[in-house]
Amino acid sequence: MTSAAPAAHLAELNLAKLRHPLDDPRMESFVELLNPVNAAADGAPGFIWRLVEEGAPDATALRPAGEDVIVTMSVWETPEALWEFTYRSGHLEVMRRRREWFDRHVEAYLVLWWVPAGHVPTVDEGLERLADLRANGPSPRAFTFASTYTATEAAGTLRADAVPTA
Amino acid sequence: MEDIDAIAALQDPVRRRLYEYVAEQGREVGRNEAAEATGVARTLAAHHLDKLAEAGLLESGSRRLTGRSGPGAGRPAKVYTRSRAERSISLPARDYRTAAELLAEAAEEAGLDDGLCAAARRRGEALRGPAESCDDVDAAMELLAARGYEPHIEDADEGTGGPASRVVRMRNCPFHAVAERFPPLVCGMNLALLEGLIGSDGAVRARMDARPGECCVIIEASKNNIH
Repeated sequence: MTSAAPAAHLAELNLAKLRHPLDDPRMESFVELLNPVNAAADGAPGFIWRLVEEGAPDATALRPAGEDVIVTMSVWETPEALWEFTYRSGHLEVMRRRREWFDRHVEAYLVLWWVPAGHVPTVDEGLERLADLRANGPSPRAFTFASTYTATEAAGTLRADAVPTA
Repeated sequence: MEDIDAIAALQDPVRRRLYEYVAEQGREVGRNEAAEATGVARTLAAHHLDKLAEAGLLESGSRRLTGRSGPGAGRPAKVYTRSRAERSISLPARDYRTAAELLAEAAEEAGLDDGLCAAARRRGEALRGPAESCDDVDAAMELLAARGYEPHIEDADEGTGGPASRVVRMRNCPFHAVAERFPPLVCGMNLALLEGLIGSDGAVRARMDARPGECCVIIEASKNNIH
């Protein structure tokens, strides 16, 4: 490769607290949207990776943040690519109807952070970044769409075990 | 350039026609095309297009309109698109945008989506007045155009529907700045407003079908959805 490959990719972790169990009829309309929206993510510009449970099409059965909390985690080329998918694709319909299916969050439920290109983040890593965001507010280590940092600004925080430099 | 100067640049009728033509196309427009479409000489069109670009109302670039490249492909032509920047002016000075952002932030934090959407639906119905629900796509387009959505019929090869299904997409989101900051809340509000405006008993319906760079709502015949 002679072109300058991006050295960092953007990771995202999102928690959603279920109002009802996934097999409850009141969640049916959400469950129906899972496969089409996940397929849209897989085909979206700038998409690199998303968390799935082994042998399953998604990660809804993984409950690392509590029995009634589902997680999504993914990696994207840029914040813009993730933003366009999140809010300017079929995924927006899921977001619009979020109050039907999920409890409102009091604390931050979405965290963004930069990872070295090629690195696949673990759920623990994501939860740790979310805890950082909740404890310290947005920083180059852990931020949100409303307060993004560039990969350059986050250069010292790329590794999973990086400690805050400030 | 100050907003007031930029807007004043549209006072010239020829310039205004050119601006509106470029904005309506939703793509890059060359000088020849703009001149022909507005019925003015090419040099005059070029002069006004450049003035509009200077005012920041249009963006200009150059492109080989033949689609060819390399030696012999011809000189690149100057092309224009509408600028993404917003211009507004209020006399006396008012700042509804900050008010909208603060209200949206508070509504988002308090989870007031349902209440906001109910209010938006009522407002849409009130705007429609005593008229019946929209029964055809053309009537819906008129309503949308009057409210600044810049509706256009989606090209047949653009969408997934067959040629029989006419889908209206909108180039402009009237709530763009707030919608970018609070997408689910404000886009949901916009959908509810349009549902109220179009009405729920007619043959057309509003549906969310977000895509980059456009309003996130489309209007389509409700009968198309019987599979």
